[in-house]
Amino acid sequence: MAVLDQDRPGAGSGAREASRAELPAWLRRIHPVVWLLALFLLFVPAFTNSFIQFQIFGWAFLLGMIALSLMFLAGYGGMVSLVQMTVACVAGYMTAIFGASAVESISLFWPWWVAVPVAIVIAVIFGTITGALAVRTTGIYTIMITLAIAAAFYYFGEQNYSILNGHQGFNSVHAPVLFGVDLHDATPFYYLSLSLATLSYFAVLYVSRSPFGLALQGIRDNPRRMAAIGFNVTAHRIAAYAFAAFIAAVAGILLTWQNGQISPFTAGIGPVIDILVIAVIGGIGHPIGAFIGAIVYVVLRTFAIDILHNIGLDPSRFNMLVGLGFLAIVFFSPDGILGLWSRWRSSRSGAGLARVTGGGRGRDVE
Amino acid sequence: MNRFVQRHPVWSVIILLGAILLLWLIVSPWPAWLEETIDRKKVFINAVFNGVTLGALYFLVASGFTLIFGLMRNVNLAHGSLYLFGGYLGYTVSDYTGNWYLAFLVAFIAMAALGIVLQIGVFRRMEGEELRQTLVTIGISIVLADVMLWIWGGDFYQVETPDWLYGAIDLPIITGFKSDGTAVYMKYPAVRIFILVASIIVGILMWLALNRTRIGMMIRAGVDDREMLSATGVRIQLVFVAVFALGAGLAGVAGVVGGTFQALAPGVDTRFLLASLVVVIVGGMGSIPGAALGAVLIGLSEQLGSVYVPTYAVVTTFLIMVLVLAFRPQGLLGKG
Repeated sequence: MAVLDQDRPGAGSGAREASRAELPAWLRRIHPVVWLLALFLLFVPAFTNSFIQFQIFGWAFLLGMIALSLMFLAGYGGMVSLVQMTVACVAGYMTAIFGASAVESISLFWPWWVAVPVAIVIAVIFGTITGALAVRTTGIYTIMITLAIAAAFYYFGEQNYSILNGHQGFNSVHAPVLFGVDLHDATPFYYLSLSLATLSYFAVLYVSRSPFGLALQGIRDNPRRMAAIGFNVTAHRIAAYAFAAFIAAVAGILLTWQNGQISPFTAGIGPVIDILVIAVIGGIGHPIGAFIGAIVYVVLRTFAIDILHNIGLDPSRFNMLVGLGFLAIVFFSPDGILGLWSRWRSSRSGAGLARVTGGGRGRDVE
Repeated sequence: MNRFVQRHPVWSVIILLGAILLLWLIVSPWPAWLEETIDRKKVFINAVFNGVTLGALYFLVASGFTLIFGLMRNVNLAHGSLYLFGGYLGYTVSDYTGNWYLAFLVAFIAMAALGIVLQIGVFRRMEGEELRQTLVTIGISIVLADVMLWIWGGDFYQVETPDWLYGAIDLPIITGFKSDGTAVYMKYPAVRIFILVASIIVGILMWLALNRTRIGMMIRAGVDDREMLSATGVRIQLVFVAVFALGAGLAGVAGVVGGTFQALAPGVDTRFLLASLVVVIVGGMGSIPGAALGAVLIGLSEQLGSVYVPTYAVVTTFLIMVLVLAFRPQGLLGKG
């Protein structure tokens, strides 16, 4: 993880203390923007059509939540887990199996308020078990093992007809009607995904500053030292996986409701990698990066075909655009868009630059 | 070997018994009760042979992967793309020239060259930053997949087999008896036997190169401790380039092999990337014998699984991985 947080302000423990002391000033500076953003997000349905609300913002919030769960593991725990999309899909599958779908031979048709908690619990158990497996090894191995687990789940979904209904998956998995409001309508779904995304964003922020989160960051920076002063490194890491799995599971259920269906393709290698791409493009240093990456990704994915067509390129080369953009980000700004932003800001004020490099160096010296 | 027997007597006996049982299952004709419980012998033998030949292919792919990983700590997630790229190139070459051997040569040289470019142009610039290297390989695999889709489209391709490998040959294994008492021998596609033999030769050559040559000694030393190796004056960057070229070239060759007895299509790259991952996780990262053992295990479990528990075939593979991770996280033959 040293790669990603190298020149992030506050990566070292000393620098983190400093940045927390400055926090009120930082908050005061950023406040108007946050308020504007909150107002904007609240009133998006007033001036956009249902496509924008449902397909752009709704999708971005959900992908952002899954990327957020990855960001939590990677940014605070130093564990790059590629299994988050799979956890989300497990939750989606479970809602389809326990709840209602068009596959009447498999679905149990329990009411949604039973099926959803059961789905979340199963997905969290799945995420915790994969976490327990993944923490058997560390660092670069984590990527390999989680990718192998994710791919195994995809092929399992393709093969297994008795539980997961094979290649087809489950159709007509609809969001419930709550107090007369159909959550599958664009505007209610927009607010549902917005509120859950906001909740999970603040939950991650809160946990990252809680004793648990601080211990996790300590483990990221130096597991051996944390173990020496009495922290149970493995238990902290597995708990982090469980927490991340919870966020991913909630997003996965919403994603299934949004699509109306779940199939192995949703958990395929492409989507699994896309979550990592989203998190890295946005920036793994801060929870907001996941959502920035998600909105960039969704806008690209939705409109790139038109854009490519308009500038005279072959529109089917979308993946190359994403791949090259991803490569450019990894090459030039390991902190993603957030890193670009903070570098731009610090280049305007010389003091900021000193702080950034100081933070990076302080970590190495320590 | 002897040390293993001394340290784990119970396990040695279990492994020995398993091997004897497998040998008996393969060599002797099956009694009637056995055929009643688990289908005909022919099915079983076919699954075993398919599993071993698939394992041979996996070994070709995974040995390069594990070598690159062991030496450079670079999880090359573009390895599957190199496999598919090599396969497509081999197909194109053999389609134009009609020469199967030329396909191997071109695939090896082209992929090795690509590997050299990647190592010098990309990975050397971010040495020691393992995560960043891995992210870059993800980006490369996305781009390569799209380039291949652009050039070769979404069709299935199969590399033409040369005439002398066409058809099936009889193996000295009795699968059953006809009603008049004559033994029925097993028929098996010649091309698969060829692949098996070729993989064993490649494996032995690699073992010899690693254990009997100077550069092999450098590579093994680098796997154990690359800082000390470079401190002794070895030009480690050259070793890195050589290993990356060899690993990438092997992936290309494996692509032609895979294209001959399976098919080439988009998505094959991730399948073989996954296979390489699982093989090296099971066998032990950075170990060539581990890659061989893991490849055969995974190949067998995939084929036997798809015959006897069709909808759970992947789970058997996955279970092997989980068991290995749970009891021996460094892999079966990995260094602890």
